[in-house]
Amino acid sequence: MTASRTALRPPQNRFDPRTVPWWRVQLLVATAVPVVPLAVLGLLIEPARPWLLGPAALILVLGLASALALPAWWHRVHRWEVTDTAVYTLTGYFWRTWRIAPMSRIQTVDTTQGPLQRSFSLSTVVVTTASSAGAVKLEGLDQDEASALAERLTELTDATPGDAT
Amino acid sequence: MSGEATAGAVERGEAANGTAGSGSAGSGANEHGAAVNGTAASDAAANGAAGPDPVESGEPWRRLHPSGLKVTALYMAGVMTAAGVPVAFGIGSGAGLLIALAFAVPGALLVIGATVGYEAIRLRVTRYRVTDTRVEMHTGVLFKTRRSLMRERIRSVDLTANPLERVFGLAKVKVGTGETGSGSGSTNEQTLTLDSVARAEADRLRAELLRRAAAGIGEDGEQRLATWEPGWLKYAPLSFLTPMLAGAAVGAAFQVADWFGRGGLPVEIVGGLVEEHGAWTVLGLGLIVLLVLGAVASLALQGEAWWRHRLDREPGGTLRVRRGLLVSRSLSLEEERIRGIEIVEPIGIRSAGAGRLDVVAIGLKTDQEGSDLSTLVPAAPLPAVTAAAEAVVGPVGCELRTHPKAARTRRLRWAAVTVAALAAAAAVPHLQWPLPALLSAAIVLAAVLGSAFAVWTAFDSYASLGHALTARHLVSRRGSTRRATVHLDRSGIIGWRLSQSVFQKRMGLMTLDATTAAGKGHYAVIDADEHEILDFADAAVPDLLRPFLVTSPE
Repeated sequence: MTASRTALRPPQNRFDPRTVPWWRVQLLVATAVPVVPLAVLGLLIEPARPWLLGPAALILVLGLASALALPAWWHRVHRWEVTDTAVYTLTGYFWRTWRIAPMSRIQTVDTTQGPLQRSFSLSTVVVTTASSAGAVKLEGLDQDEASALAERLTELTDATPGDAT
Repeated sequence: MSGEATAGAVERGEAANGTAGSGSAGSGANEHGAAVNGTAASDAAANGAAGPDPVESGEPWRRLHPSGLKVTALYMAGVMTAAGVPVAFGIGSGAGLLIALAFAVPGALLVIGATVGYEAIRLRVTRYRVTDTRVEMHTGVLFKTRRSLMRERIRSVDLTANPLERVFGLAKVKVGTGETGSGSGSTNEQTLTLDSVARAEADRLRAELLRRAAAGIGEDGEQRLATWEPGWLKYAPLSFLTPMLAGAAVGAAFQVADWFGRGGLPVEIVGGLVEEHGAWTVLGLGLIVLLVLGAVASLALQGEAWWRHRLDREPGGTLRVRRGLLVSRSLSLEEERIRGIEIVEPIGIRSAGAGRLDVVAIGLKTDQEGSDLSTLVPAAPLPAVTAAAEAVVGPVGCELRTHPKAARTRRLRWAAVTVAALAAAAAVPHLQWPLPALLSAAIVLAAVLGSAFAVWTAFDSYASLGHALTARHLVSRRGSTRRATVHLDRSGIIGWRLSQSVFQKRMGLMTLDATTAAGKGHYAVIDADEHEILDFADAAVPDLLRPFLVTSPE
């Protein structure tokens, strides 16, 4: 057993390319939330100007840089795959996590779509098992693909007897 | 029967209006409370799936035991005495005893009266019944709630009785289904509590609700799996409760002093003692006294909790834990829901060669620290714990595989970071301020002891790491201050989560998490070899991981 070099192969599919602009907008919004109030206050309150505009500029630079670089990288790193027997995902780079949920243990399949996702025609599919730690999220699938996938998963899990615990 | 159905319909309408109903329905109905009540009949129809089957509503409704009122009255009288006496003294010291009594007595009576009145209404409006398929309870003074559990989903029946309830022959019955709102973040476990009914009725309910599979097996087919011995109490002072209770004693001293308007008194007393006997003597003796106090309190608490503990297997596949000196507790647990066991050895009792046995079961939350609900056998010598574990889930003995040396290196690095941080924390105040000799010595001593402990923990937690497969179980051991060996049923593993940080990747390590519906939801094999652990997971649950593995020769 020690002689073998077993490794995990990455899941086959990348997420939809539209996840890149979606993540980018999310990061920009997250940047704007602290930057805009700081900047407005900085312009209004003269004595405290350097203390407000300084952090605002720093956060702005960091936010813009990450919005520019991270989404494209995430798109290369995050992957997913659904076989007839399991749902398989890989997320993260510095802390990589592979999740495997067997089809026979899936309890619910949810499709969700936030307002921002809707504008990019993206959806999230959440697959939960009976374990509080077992949920697998597929964030950023094309909305039609997502509903087709959810339908297929529901069909496959309905065909499995038992209470999946 | 038609009258019964109408009453039920009205209550359902009000239930939707209350907050105790199912989340979204309740919040949505709030603004339209009147409308919901007005159309109670249609609402009942909408809720029909969850409501009582009209065919079965012939089963009579039962009420809680009226003696519950006496228990509440006596309990509140006790609470008010305990709270009122210090308050009376507090007021009395400033304004005279009569004025103090003039405030305290009517106040206490008012609180007791209100509580008893509320309880009387609650006892009047609460009804329950057991039909062929469901257990139902209607209750609620301000907000009506009705709860209905499917009998086939019931996984545990928990009986408790505090000393007052025992005097009146009462017991609380808690019926659990072990459902936790299936994953979507909500953790409202479906339970139903009858507070309280007559002892005989409680036993009858317990037997009836867990009866199902028992048909055909003799009633007295009970099998003793473990019996507590009073000698095991010697482990109680070694538990984490001892320092915790010692700390609580210090807090209590300040609190009581504060009640009497002398918040600074303990500090003054200690200051006086230091003047008289020297700092080191006071520090040393004070610690010893506190620890002895904590040990005695821990002994009392654990003795109360585990007195006359016994673990039985009852006919029909139920485990039953009975225990308690003053509050008698009884937990019945369906074996079908058990997914393994965990042998937990906190550092104190481990040093005495002891451990405790916890059960990994669906619907029993084990992640709440300090909860002993999932404990089958309390601190006991390891051979006794192992014997009980084998009686519950079958053979548990096995050779654990050690983890790569890199795992030890990783722990030593963490220890090095801790030591550096402690050294810095000790050095900074010395450089900033001139310190009295005692304080300086105490800081240095604390830093040195902390560092030694960090390094020891690194070696010890590496020594703890291990994993193995047996015919039925995945076995994983980890931890130093709380070493735990989990034996997780391989058929109860419902998914994998593998994780690897960049640091782990450089060292060729990987962490495997087996997810399960039971216990805390996932159990980990941490810092194992990144290749070996995949083969291990593949062998533990056949065919699950295989499609995603690639094997290359060395």
